[in-house]
Parts: sequence; structure tokens; C-alpha cells
Amino acid sequence: MIKTDPLRFIAILLALLTIVAFGHMLAWSLWTLPPEAAGLSLIVNEKMPESGVDAQVTAILLNFRSYDTLLELVVLLVALLGAWYLGKLHLPPQDSKPGLVLEGLVRFLVPVMILVTGYILWLGSHAAGGAFQAGALLAGAGVLMLVVIAEKVAVRDGVRLRALLVAGPGVFALVAGGLMLSGKLMLQYPQQHAGSLILLIEAASTLTIGITLTLLFAGGRPHRGKTD
Amino acid sequence: MSQFLWYALIGAVLLCIGLAGLVIHRHLLRRILALNVMSTGVFLVFVALAKRAGEVPDPVPLAMVLTGLVVSVSATALALVLIVRIQHLHGSAELPGDDA
Amino acid sequence: MSLMPALVLIPLLAAFIAFMLPRIARITGLIAAVTVVGLSLTLASHVNTGGPLRMSVAGWEPPLGIGLYADGLTALMLCLTAIVGLGTSIYAVGYFKVDRNHNGYNTSSSGWWPLWLSLWAGLNALFLTDDIFNLYVTLELMGLAAVALVALEAHAVAAATRYLLVGLLGSMFYLLGVGLLYALHGTVDMKILTTTMQAEPAAWMAMALMTAGLLLKTALFPLHFWLPPAHANAPAPVSAVLSALVVKASFYALLRLWLGPFEALAPDLAGQLMGILGAGAILWGSMQALMASRLKLVVAYSTVAQIGYLFLWFPLADSTDAGSIAWYGVVWLALSHGLAKAGLFLAAGNILHASGHDRVTDLAGVGQHLPVTLFAVGLSCASIMGLPPSGGFVGKWLLLNAAFVSGQWWWAVVLLVGGVMAASYSFRVLLHAFRNKESKHPHHTPHPVMEWSALALALGAILLGILSAQPLELLEVGATMGKLALTEAPQ
Repeated sequence: MIKTDPLRFIAILLALLTIVAFGHMLAWSLWTLPPEAAGLSLIVNEKMPESGVDAQVTAILLNFRSYDTLLELVVLLVALLGAWYLGKLHLPPQDSKPGLVLEGLVRFLVPVMILVTGYILWLGSHAAGGAFQAGALLAGAGVLMLVVIAEKVAVRDGVRLRALLVAGPGVFALVAGGLMLSGKLMLQYPQQHAGSLILLIEAASTLTIGITLTLLFAGGRPHRGKTD
Repeated sequence: MSQFLWYALIGAVLLCIGLAGLVIHRHLLRRILALNVMSTGVFLVFVALAKRAGEVPDPVPLAMVLTGLVVSVSATALALVLIVRIQHLHGSAELPGDDA
Repeated sequence: MSLMPALVLIPLLAAFIAFMLPRIARITGLIAAVTVVGLSLTLASHVNTGGPLRMSVAGWEPPLGIGLYADGLTALMLCLTAIVGLGTSIYAVGYFKVDRNHNGYNTSSSGWWPLWLSLWAGLNALFLTDDIFNLYVTLELMGLAAVALVALEAHAVAAATRYLLVGLLGSMFYLLGVGLLYALHGTVDMKILTTTMQAEPAAWMAMALMTAGLLLKTALFPLHFWLPPAHANAPAPVSAVLSALVVKASFYALLRLWLGPFEALAPDLAGQLMGILGAGAILWGSMQALMASRLKLVVAYSTVAQIGYLFLWFPLADSTDAGSIAWYGVVWLALSHGLAKAGLFLAAGNILHASGHDRVTDLAGVGQHLPVTLFAVGLSCASIMGLPPSGGFVGKWLLLNAAFVSGQWWWAVVLLVGGVMAASYSFRVLLHAFRNKESKHPHHTPHPVMEWSALALALGAILLGILSAQPLELLEVGATMGKLALTEAPQ
């Protein structure tokens, strides 16, 4: 683990001492912080009725600080693009065919997971939940499919797949742009439509997050068709 | 010791452990794991901050952690794909040449 | 008012289209580039006549929502990004040719457009933001896009991975700092933080953390180790964008933080330390550039050195008169270096493309076969050396001025030594390239747009020195360091 090159050993020792010193200073800074502070929670409470949803974290992510969420969805896409242009995906090697029980379980579980995904997405408007949690669950279903029943899963590169990958940030950006064209500021939802717009954006994002994370697990871009 | 401080300190310890791991290990998989431990530490500090607002936690740091998590997952995923590529090209999952 | 978000949304939408429909990626990218240039120049003129622009995204005012802010500095950085972006996009049309043998699916060419357009969106978002958490997200967007772009070149995968790990480390430090500041002040808005900041342990820690994170991303000596391999091995247009724009973005963030929230905190000692590291960067980077065997490595180490100059602002900012002059000088250097380095990397790409290698000792014949490219190299080096009438000269002249006004004459020595060393490594390259020789290697002539875009950018660096009056005036808008007060205007 630690190579016995003396120069490196000394360098690592010095680094570790620095880290310990830094840790102490950080701990002291944290200790000086007031243990009780409302932060922005008061303002959030106050503005919640205008947000279009009943859950505070969802309101922040999709309304008050929606710009952050838009950029973060692009970050996710960019990570996939990095993997995409590095090489093709590789599905796990199938040394032994999955047993009947495992395959049957997966065939049962995946639709259930998709249903729960929809439920969690809808739940986000008034409780803990939302696009990211739902998308992660959807990705779990995708990974399960890839690992267990790989050959039966046909993932083909093409405009449809790419449109789904872009849908989350794409819909978000189109809503932002559309609002700007209609005279409002970027992402300033008209109050009566706020809830529906948020649901629309979250639905598209759930699909995108699920498929993007699954493809990231697979590690690259899918084949383009039978000739590729 | 307040609940906030307890968890915040644990976060700080995780950060330091992760940092130490990053420095000590050369194998890229361990390095990306060390970075993940570090980010867990930072997120724990954020979550601890939320507790300071009382019974109902301050939602802003929580939302920030969600954003940070997605970013961290994206970066880790890309790093893993790159590491697999390096293993494929160079036969070993360590960065060639000098490393820090 | 909708100018600012458009600068982010348009590259984003173009990136999505370029990914979904690769056949029209090139044309989408070029249309987006031209549009963003137009929007950036329009924003610059608005700021020039009407003062700084402010906006609250989604209609929620800070501290609840995210604020956008554009002053003179913002406008200039946006214009730099737009001009370098346009030049590099045009270059890319020639550089990435679609290889019909692979079913019209050349990976590195398909990858360039969506990734570069996303990077551009991230850059613009960073320059416009007034929110330190939003800044974190934009840093990540830029960072991942940059890593992905470097990895397009098969030889650069290790360098890309190192870049990614270092970037993540920097982001972690920065994010922790953001958390500490939120804990203290209950906001992440830069304007509000500037008014509420107080000297206390957690604030010092936040300043140290955020500065350390940004120093890693800006590759200040001795945290520069990741930069030379990444910039030297990436495809030429990627190297251009990385050296010209991406490292400047984290430096811009550092400037905003030190001019805003951390202004009350920054001790003189920290400024001197940054200046010493900057001097180290200049000396070490220039020395490595002098010894490097490959042209792209020379150019990459030159970036390490030039970044060092930017950090000379920190020690000079302590005294009020000198601080103002130094600020203008540093911004001028950042802009000129952006244009010159982009042109230089694109020219180096031409040479690599034409001869199949970029060994400095074997550069003979470049003058014969690629005269436009060689002229671009010459002009870029002139600005980097600081020869009049280039933009680089104006920047260095202002910094020398500041060094003497503040009494910290030792920085002037550093500047002069740095200039001599820059001249050395530049002339080393030029002397080899000017030799006419029977070339041993076959020549593939690069597409004309590749040569002319390189020259155009290099020319821009020179023009920035000659036509300095308008941009200087723009820079004064919203400048917290005050107006440029010299005994005579630089010409």
C-alpha cells in the first residue's frame, strides 16, 4: 500500500501532519459557530404559498433556486457525454445465465420499481420526494435490468434515446426561455401555473436522470444498430 | 455539545480521513473513493447546519446537499469510466509520472 | 434584462441540439457562437452606457433566490470568452473532420460541439453569477466539460483523470467554505455577504478554504502540476479554450471573492504570499517552458508562468493607489493572454497537424509551409513577452507602474526577469521555426480556416494594446478599485 520510497514517505508524513493541523482548525471554526440559527428557513416559510408546491426542499430546488437545478442537470448530462465519447458501453459479461428465479424476480421487480418511481415523483410536491429520488430509483431498475437480463435489453443509440437524455435539462431550459419570451424573468413561473410547470420539469428530469445514470453505469455509448 | 456540532465534527473528521486517503493511496479507485469520503464529510456538515434551525430543519442546506450529491455522482461516474479506460490502455490503474 | 440569462441558455440549447442531431451540430455551434458574440457585445455596450446590470433569477430576490450581476469586468470577460469562442469554433470546423469511414461517426468530432457549448454556457454562467453556491455549480459544469474535452484525445486520458481529481479536490474545499459562510450569515449572495462579513475564525477558515480550492483550479504554483499534461495533450482547440478561458474563470471567481466578501478579511500577509507564489509561477513556469521539448508543452508552461503574473495583484492591492493600477494591469494581462494563448495553441495545433509532431528542435520549415501560422505564433509571443504595442505590454506596464507607486519594487524585478525569460522561450521556438530546411516529414496542409483563425486571435491580442481606450473605460464601470488614475493614459 505505502511504497517504501523514503522521499515519498517523508512527503506523506508531512502531508498527514498538515491534514491533522487543518482538521483541528476546522473543528475549532465549527465550534465557534452559533449552535442555533434560523438561516433562510424563515424566508422560505414565508414564501412557500407562492411556490406552487407544499414541500420546502422541492420549492427551493424547482422554484426559488431553480437555476442551480438546471445547471446541475446539465452537469449530469456532461458527465454522460464524457463517458459517451470515450467509448462504447460494456454490459457485464454473462458467465452463467441467471437462474429462472433471479430472472423472474427481476421481471417482476422492474415494473414495480417503475410504478414506485412515478409515486415518488408525485409525492415530491408535498413531502420528501421529487425528480432526483425518483430518477435514482428508475436508474436502479435500469441497472438491475442491465446486470441480470443484459442480452434481452435493447438499448440503441438514436435520436429517441438522445432526446430522452436531453429531456430533463432541455424541458427546463425551454420553460426558462419560454418564460423569458413571454416577458417574465428567466424561470419566473406565473403563480397559478407554478405547480404544473414544476411537475412537468420534474417528470422530464426523472426520465433523464434514470436513463443517464443507467448509461453511466454501463460506461459508454450504446451501439447504433445491427451494423455497429 | 449541540447536535449540530456533533455531526459537523464527524463531517470534519470524514473530510480529513478522505484527504489522507487521497494523499496516501496511488491506486485511482482508492483515490476516487477517498474523494467520495471527503464529499460525504462536507455534505454532513451541511446537513448538520440544517439542524440549527430547530425542530423543522432549515431546507436550504438540504437542497444544496441534493444538488451537491448529483454533482458528486456525476463526477464520480465520469472518473470511474476514465479509470477503466486507463486500466485498459496502460494496464494499471495508477497515474503515470509524478502524482501528488 | 434578458440578455444575461440568454448568454447561458443559448449555448445550452445549442449543446442539446448538437447532441441530439449530430448532423447539424457544426452549423448549430457556429450560429450559437455568432449569436453569443452579438449578445456579449450588446451587454458590454449596455454596461458601458447604463452602469452595472443586476437581475434576480426566477423573480426571487436574494437571499432567497439567485442574483446575477454584470459590471465592466464581467462584460470584458464575457466578450473575451465570446471572441475566443468564436475563433476556436471556426478553427474546430477545420480541425475535426468527419471521417466517413466510421459511418460518419467520428467520436472526437461529434464530442466537441455538445461539450464545448456546455462549457461555454458554464463559463458565461460563472461570470454572471452573484451567488457563491451557484458559482460552485458553474465551476463543476465547467470542470467536468473541460475534463471530457481533454479526454477526447486518446493520449490525454491520464491527464484528464488527474485534472478531474484535482478539480474535485478544489471543489470540495470551495464547497465547505460556502457552507461555513452560510452558517455565519444565513445567505450565499455575494452582495449581502460583502456587507455582513466580519473577522471571525469561521470566516477566516472559509476564506482559506475557498481560496485554496480556487488556487487549485487556477493552477497557481505549486498547485500547477496538473496543467501542463492536460493542456499539452488535449486537442488543439481544447487547449486553446482551457488556457485562455477556463483558468481565467476560477481566477475571476477569486477576484470577485477578494474584492467582495473577503475584502474586510484579507490580511496583508496573505496578499504577499500569493504574490510570492505568483513569482514562483513566473520563474518556474518560464524555466520549464525554456527546457520543454514539445511546442505544446512550451505553450502550456507559458500558461503556468502567465498565471503567476495575475497573482501579482494581491500584494499590490494593499496600497490604494497602486491597487487600482495593478487591478487594471492584471485584467489587461488576463484579456491579452486569453487572446494570445488561444491563438498560440491553435497555431501549435496547425504545426502538429501539418508535420505530425511538435518537437521544437525539428520545427524547421514551418516558415516555408505555414507562413500564416508562423506569423500568428510571432504575434502571440510578442504579446506574451510584453512587446509594445501589444495588450501584454499594456498589462505589464501597468503592473510595473503599480509596483513602483506602492514601493514594492521587488515585484518590478520579477516582472522584468519574467519578461526576459518569456523572450527566451519565445525566441527559441521562433528561431527553430524560421529556419528553412528540406523538411524530413510529410506535410498535410491544414485547412485555411485553421490558420486564419489562429492569426485573428493573435492579432486580437495586439489590438488590445492599440485600442485600449474603450475597454479601459468599460472596465471602470462598477469597479470597486476606482478609476484608473495615471499621470498619462497608456498608448
